Amino acid sequence: MNVNWEFIITTLPLYEKAAWLTLKLAAGGILASLVLGLLCSVILYYRVRGIEKLVQAYIELSRNTPLLIQLFFLYYGFTKIGLTMSENTCAIIGLSFLGGSYMAEAFRGGIESVSKTQIESGLSIGLSKMQLFRYIILPQAFSVTIPAVGANCIFLLKETSIVGAIAIPDIMNLTQDVIGMYYQTFESLLMLVMAYLVMILPLSLFLSWLEREVRYAEFGN
Amino acid sequence: MQSLGINVLFEGINLQRLFGGLLVTVEIAFFSIAIGSLLGILMGLIRTSKSKTICFVCRIYLEVFRIIPILVWLFIAYFGVTRMFDIHVSGEVVAVVVFSLWGAAEMGDIVRGALESLPRHQMESGKALGLSSLGVYRYILIPQAIRRMLPGAINLATRMVKTTSLVVMIGVIDVVKVGQQIIELSTLRIPTAAFWIYGFIFILYFIICYPLAKWSKKLEMKWES
Repeated sequence: MNVNWEFIITTLPLYEKAAWLTLKLAAGGILASLVLGLLCSVILYYRVRGIEKLVQAYIELSRNTPLLIQLFFLYYGFTKIGLTMSENTCAIIGLSFLGGSYMAEAFRGGIESVSKTQIESGLSIGLSKMQLFRYIILPQAFSVTIPAVGANCIFLLKETSIVGAIAIPDIMNLTQDVIGMYYQTFESLLMLVMAYLVMILPLSLFLSWLEREVRYAEFGN
Repeated sequence: MQSLGINVLFEGINLQRLFGGLLVTVEIAFFSIAIGSLLGILMGLIRTSKSKTICFVCRIYLEVFRIIPILVWLFIAYFGVTRMFDIHVSGEVVAVVVFSLWGAAEMGDIVRGALESLPRHQMESGKALGLSSLGVYRYILIPQAIRRMLPGAINLATRMVKTTSLVVMIGVIDVVKVGQQIIELSTLRIPTAAFWIYGFIFILYFIICYPLAKWSKKLEMKWES
């Protein structure tokens, strides 16, 4: 098999640009879903009446439907009833709609792992609900949550491969274009795989390192 | 007078066509899950072997599927492999092959986890009773492992069903593609067609995946206690 290196070198800048876009969308999606997830898990934990049911419904809806359909619904469906947004906004909203529920589950797992005695002790020294969450629950839940949150980050970064379907020039979309225009299938796909390896491998290694580091923070180990 | 947007679903044979598309989706999901589970169980058994090389190779196989997004695999198989070997296969076949290989990797990990979580003395007691290696697996380890791996396996099945939505990207006429065709046909008459059609497909996926997810959660609760 002859690899057309010249072609790879000429299209490299295109891939670099597209990869940055993918990373930007993923970063936006991850940040937004962290916030959304934290909010949801706090609402679920304190059983805030009224919204609790709403949050549960949201989690089930978002976990049991594919991102592609969520994006299509947001991008094509909502414009038709008068809510127009740019592709990038739509992608970030879609990613955080999906990621929010996964993050919420991760946080909930962490919060539930904090033992009851800790919470009762906190309450008995007179901490308010907010203080209890800020000083007792959050620091301890953190180390338990890290592996799940990390896995979700990688999951979301991989899911960005789908946003090409709503005409965002990410690396998937670029690859489709390049294959269509130059018919250099092998080289284009090779670049695509390499781009994902370059983005995901370091993140994956960093997360497993972080996981080992925070394990020391766990109470009683 | 402008008709209500939701009527687009019931116009002509639209509903029938959407369900026809759904059948393709369900078929792909069914075959992938079936083949993936079988291969995955085999893979899981192989991964409990003591040989370091075999474990390493299987681990690499799993990681390769975990790091590269499934859509990329679909592209590689659909555009790359077919071109390299000059073969022509339909998108459906490519989808089933890719999903099965991915399912096998993930299922293998679930099966391995379940088998390794069983106490070692189970295996040793079986051996002490004079069962052969195969007999220990058949009568002692596998029945117990199935309980532990079922919630994870059902979860994987819902993930695979959700991932079948991607096949539209490699030219399969699935429920999403049929939806797009209907939207293109009627969008001038009914501007809100996209909203209703995609909303309908959204609900269809939810109806398939939600009971599976609930079942998996129920089993997990039941067997944890």
